[in-house]
Amino acid sequence: MIEVKDLYKAFGENVILNGVGFHLLKGENLGILGKSGSGKSVLTKCIVRLIEPDFGEIKVLGKDILKMSLNELNEIRKDIGYLFQGGALYDSMNVRENLEFPIRRTQMASNKHEVNERVEQALRSVGLLDAINKMPTELSGGMKKRIGLARALILRPKVILYDEPTTGLDSVTSGEISELILKVQEEYNASSIIITHDMKCAKIATDKIKILENGTFLTEGTYDELSKSTDRQIRAFFM
Amino acid sequence: MKKDEHKRLRIDNTKKFYNVVFIDLGELAIFTARVIRQFVSPPYEHRELIRQAYVIGNKSVAMVALTGLIMGLVLTMQTQPTLVQFGVQSLIPGMVAVSMFREVGPVVTGLICAGKISSGIGAEIGAMKVTEQIDAMEVSGTKPLSFVVATRVLATTVMVPLLVFFSDAFSLIGSYLGVNLFESMSFELFMKNAFDMLGFMDVIPATIKSVVFGFFIGLIGAYKGYQAGLGTESVGQAANSAVVNASLSIFIIDLVAVLITNLLTGN
Repeated sequence: MIEVKDLYKAFGENVILNGVGFHLLKGENLGILGKSGSGKSVLTKCIVRLIEPDFGEIKVLGKDILKMSLNELNEIRKDIGYLFQGGALYDSMNVRENLEFPIRRTQMASNKHEVNERVEQALRSVGLLDAINKMPTELSGGMKKRIGLARALILRPKVILYDEPTTGLDSVTSGEISELILKVQEEYNASSIIITHDMKCAKIATDKIKILENGTFLTEGTYDELSKSTDRQIRAFFM
Repeated sequence: MKKDEHKRLRIDNTKKFYNVVFIDLGELAIFTARVIRQFVSPPYEHRELIRQAYVIGNKSVAMVALTGLIMGLVLTMQTQPTLVQFGVQSLIPGMVAVSMFREVGPVVTGLICAGKISSGIGAEIGAMKVTEQIDAMEVSGTKPLSFVVATRVLATTVMVPLLVFFSDAFSLIGSYLGVNLFESMSFELFMKNAFDMLGFMDVIPATIKSVVFGFFIGLIGAYKGYQAGLGTESVGQAANSAVVNASLSIFIIDLVAVLITNLLTGN
């Protein structure tokens, strides 16, 4: 679904990604762990070209997105859902309008009935149908993330990128979000990349984990495999 | 040695200052070109444009009207005693109309809009950047420059001249009230005296000037918001910088407009 090869990105003299590469397979939930500032978010933003990498290759659904025009890029972005750290809900719109926005922009639904159906289905998936007419300011942090996830799901993407889905949430709510990621993956049959430093989330929601350290991947494995590692650097994540 | 060091430091600082100014101006020019391109290239964001025009007009209309009313009243009260001495108090409506339509109305309204609208746009877009709303739009295949920036710039370009007319109209009402504090003059006679003195060259250049004010008020607000960094502190800086730069631009545009008008009219 996604193939990244030799990805480099530096801001000035600060090298963030130093030859990163990985494959995301169909139906897979890949967790990327790393300390704050290790370049996890930069990596996901490069995948949707919110940030332009300096070198490397990124293929999404077999297409090299770094060689695409803006129109071609917008086409492929329809297949990628993105959950931002804070939800990134549009403040001036209520929940319904937030969810309708991507549908209207991409003209993915032919009539109002279909738009309504999609909005309600996405809200049902995240268990927040009754918040449909609320403004973002009336929602809690966890609710914002759920609505952000519903908006990411609205175009029925083939790949979903989660940028710190549980950051800033209490342990109960972050557990619920992690379960929700798993449920959504089954319901929508989408592949996911989950950027996190929350081990509980990594345990619940991922099939495979890669650890990003100093701009490159330190290691990879399942949660169980990595949790048994004797390497000091890897063990530090499981403390 | 110390003197040389001091001189070198001063040259370095001057270089840095000019670098910042010219880089900023260059970036603003590129941003302006990109925004103007959005005006003429699809998708056209009609709904958002109307919403922004409504918000911008609605937000400023009361303030602009009140300021216009007070300006008209004050101009009248300050000039009345002098004009009475020369027995030409009948010129007050025309004098107020000409000064308000030509200069005071556009500049004062422009400054109010710079304070209210430009800072609002700067803070709003800055906050949208900080909270990743701009990124979220891009990911959903929307051009934020078209949906967020072009609509706001176009809305201010349309609404500021309308607000200037509104301010001018209220200044005449204020002046009418001011005249009637000292003597009695009918509303019809007041308006006749006012509009008899107003000429084509009093209204048209001022209207064009107001359109340019509106464009730059929106543009500078949006540019500063778009330039905001990633911290919440940058939102405040964007708003503050938008007010300062938009206000300064009002005076510069005003000066250029007066020079051009004088050149065209041969004054």
